[in-house]
Amino acid sequence: MEYIRPQNLKEALRVMKKRGGRTILIAGGTNVIPDMRGKTIKPQVLLDISHLKNLSYVKEEKKRIRIGSLTTISELVSSKVIQNFASILSEAANQLGNPLVRSRATIGGNLADASPAADTAVPLLVLDASIVTERDGEKRREIPIDQFFVGPNQTVLKPDEIIKEIFFPKPDPKSKIAYIKLGLRNAMAISVVSVALLMEMEREECKEVRIGLGAVAPKPMRAYGVEEVLTGKKINGKLIQSCCEEVEKEVQPITDIRASAEYRRSMTSVLLRRLIQQITT
Amino acid sequence: MKKPKTYSLEINVNGEWKRAEVTPEETLLHVLREKLAHTEVKEGCGKGDCGACALLLNGKAVNACLTLAMQAHRQKVVTLKGIGAPERAHPLQESFLRHGAIQCGFCTAGMIVSAKALLDENPQPTRREIREAISGNLCRCTGYKKIFDAIEDAAKRLR
Repeated sequence: MEYIRPQNLKEALRVMKKRGGRTILIAGGTNVIPDMRGKTIKPQVLLDISHLKNLSYVKEEKKRIRIGSLTTISELVSSKVIQNFASILSEAANQLGNPLVRSRATIGGNLADASPAADTAVPLLVLDASIVTERDGEKRREIPIDQFFVGPNQTVLKPDEIIKEIFFPKPDPKSKIAYIKLGLRNAMAISVVSVALLMEMEREECKEVRIGLGAVAPKPMRAYGVEEVLTGKKINGKLIQSCCEEVEKEVQPITDIRASAEYRRSMTSVLLRRLIQQITT
Repeated sequence: MKKPKTYSLEINVNGEWKRAEVTPEETLLHVLREKLAHTEVKEGCGKGDCGACALLLNGKAVNACLTLAMQAHRQKVVTLKGIGAPERAHPLQESFLRHGAIQCGFCTAGMIVSAKALLDENPQPTRREIREAISGNLCRCTGYKKIFDAIEDAAKRLR
């Protein structure tokens, strides 16, 4: 095995292109190292990008927020910009793993690992984020996050592609956001169900809504069906009930060591109800 | 058998520069324990679930088992022994002893590291903040209460 520490992103991209298949990127290492230990990945080359400081940033622009892919999860938690404009992202980040993991894990790594329960993915779905990637000799891509994941631990990333940045438009200041993660314990918990909600109300009517769900499908998902039920309608008990029924139909949870499919389905609707009530009171 | 490719690691441990030959996949935990005789860094699970191996890398508390040794090349690492020693114990260590927060002692090194990282950033933590700060450190013996008390007390004494 070889260890390579590139000086910059360009060099990293060249190595990825040249060395191909069994070159594994490592940044925080919080997934890569356990995977190597568990033999689910067998790299020939470990390409260490953890020192590329210029890929770690949170920038506020006039209309959007840009986050470098190597920004750590703890940096997301403490960023004033993110707390201000996208508090559900720092809330979700603060529930990822534990403080020791959060100081190393990166937002790019969390997305590239693509767990269906990925903690940063669910808020980013609701924030309508895009993922910027680069490849040596190719044009950069801007991939809308709801097209980024294709299955459990599977993304549209090519073998020599690196995530450079994640950006999202600043949410309308009139919109309200909320997030909740259900796990089997208060820390170091992989989500059983996680829900993010963005809603803009006009008087009692729902003008715009986005719902993100984690751990209830092969990938983090938007509940487009429920969004349709809600949009343009007056929020009342009957509508919330319809939403809960609709979301139970829309999710595709599995039974695994953490929870049964039935429990996940049921909890999605419970948590969605809670968030809608939280936002509308 | 082909000899694996090794790299010359230079690392500052508790103020001293040290060297070792390491392979790419070797973790910081393994190298510190097996090659640099820093056995005060404990291996509990080896995969980031228990926090026994916590140490400070450039001032931030991290799991040594989730860091490649080469990622710490030319970086500064502080282990329990860099926080305090028998001749000059850190108030955290004294407080752990005073409160009976050490039973088998295996989680202690990691606990002290996480507590130090907390107090460095937040000298007046609430009880809740203490709980969250050590949420990555498992203890099978004490039930945690004495550990929270010890950290709370040390924070007061350090002020």
